[in-house]
Amino acid sequence: MRIAIASGKGGTGKTTVAVNLAISLAEQEPIQFLDCDVEEPNAHLFLNPRFSDQRTVVKLLPEIDEAKCTQCGACAEACEFNAIAVLGEKVLVYPELCHGCGRCRMVCPMDAIREVPHELGTVERGFARGFPFSHGLLNVGEAMATPIIHTLKEDLDAERTAILDAPPGTGCPTIAALADADIALLVTEPTPFGLHDLKAAVGVARVLDVPVTVVINRDGIGDDRVEHYCREEGIPIALSIPFDRRIASLYSEGIVLVDAHPEWKAMFLTLFEQMKGMAA
Amino acid sequence: MKSILFLSGKGGTGKTSLAGAFAVLADEKVLADCDVDAANLHLLLAPRVVDEGIYQGAKLAVKDEEACVACGRCHEVCRFHAVSSDYEIDSYLCEGCGACVTACPADAIELVVQDTGRWFTAESRLGPLASAELLPGEETSGKLVAQVKQKAAELVEREKAERLLIDGSPGIGCPVIASASGVDVVVLVTEPTLSGLHDLRRIVGVVRHFQIPAYLVINKEDLNPSVAKEIGTYAREEGLPLLGGIPYDPKVTEAMVAGRSVVEEDGSPAGAAMRTIYARLVERIA
Repeated sequence: MRIAIASGKGGTGKTTVAVNLAISLAEQEPIQFLDCDVEEPNAHLFLNPRFSDQRTVVKLLPEIDEAKCTQCGACAEACEFNAIAVLGEKVLVYPELCHGCGRCRMVCPMDAIREVPHELGTVERGFARGFPFSHGLLNVGEAMATPIIHTLKEDLDAERTAILDAPPGTGCPTIAALADADIALLVTEPTPFGLHDLKAAVGVARVLDVPVTVVINRDGIGDDRVEHYCREEGIPIALSIPFDRRIASLYSEGIVLVDAHPEWKAMFLTLFEQMKGMAA
Repeated sequence: MKSILFLSGKGGTGKTSLAGAFAVLADEKVLADCDVDAANLHLLLAPRVVDEGIYQGAKLAVKDEEACVACGRCHEVCRFHAVSSDYEIDSYLCEGCGACVTACPADAIELVVQDTGRWFTAESRLGPLASAELLPGEETSGKLVAQVKQKAAELVEREKAERLLIDGSPGIGCPVIASASGVDVVVLVTEPTLSGLHDLRRIVGVVRHFQIPAYLVINKEDLNPSVAKEIGTYAREEGLPLLGGIPYDPKVTEAMVAGRSVVEEDGSPAGAAMRTIYARLVERIA
């Protein structure tokens, strides 16, 4: 089973839920952990993995051979991302706009384009607390997170229950993490911001045909509109974690809740059992 | 005119709460919400939509089953794993690059423009607002961010505004980079947690990469005074001016539930801190 932990809104507690679920579940069955928030990965701060392997993720950028190029403009015309422009005698490539699709090379009648790898980020693989742990790191200044998430997902092992910590938002990186999940565990907080973004995340999960269940974190800080919404939509609230400054304080130090308070393990295991019943 | 963008790296550190506070405190301003994945600023503004439109940002490869000769060229050339081994196109993986269109010998694939989002301009109790919403399951949030910024620029021009306050998104990737292009100042909002500091370092890397002047705010600074101190040390070493800290204050959420900014509440320690932070920023960028 693949469990994707997502939220819409950032900072609602995705990583807290993912890490605690992983540690609790690892005591009873084989699991693996993939931190798919490649822009701001945080799970390693709590799980302290040892990495044994690092891979570079690249996109292929076109390089123009000026000796062969006739400035015909076929490449610029074919590029859907405006990453190539012909200015007089010169053909300019804008690396930050290029998606590395290779269409320019396909259409060049002079065979004047070759492609060179450009590093987008890295994927690191290893073990944390006895289970496989992988995460990705988008290089600072790079825009494209999804190729790193796709590379990360190559580590998925059908023999293990996979816990995928997804990035916030509802855009491409979230979709890349959520696609093919058996269940989306959406972590929210009981505030107007939390509710608004929960609705957006539910919308994405439904389009992707992934069943959803909700965890309310910091329960008690706001209002009860998240509960009303979930009831109306028939979305189960699988777990509520009360607002407690002591929990926030543990988090701030990088201390895992179930390490400090093992009685919480039972809650996360119940959460898992509920998800098993719902998974696609 | 100065444009001020709120970023954080880590989500949920208080970007929108601080942007909302500045919206109360600033005069002659226009507001923009560039967190198109999860836009929240409008929830504090009671906006009335004046103009809106569908944004078509992405294309998708669509195959004509009749014309397809099942040669497999599309599957071979697609670098995004969007064409399966039985030549079905996965719309979530498709980048809309058109490599398959070029490769197809039977002319069986075309790129079709998609509705990817909805943009709005609105009048609100705190000033004009440009915002957008990504449609569920759609991508290209970077392009939609650029659309919001263009609408915001039109509002600034019309209003002869002195300030453009832009709420950004978490992360360091595409929507963040799109929101940061051309802004005058970035205000980074962090929190005293190990994750907050870790993510701050990466977003500082991004603003340095694009050479944008940045200032730091530590929200909920009393949550962990020792990490707050560590962040302060990091900021000094990095030459990142600290505008101040904001204490944890339940009134921030109470105000949010009521659709207001905490600076509009009486006797709020967080509200008072945000006023001080705003005054310090204005002094520095005037």
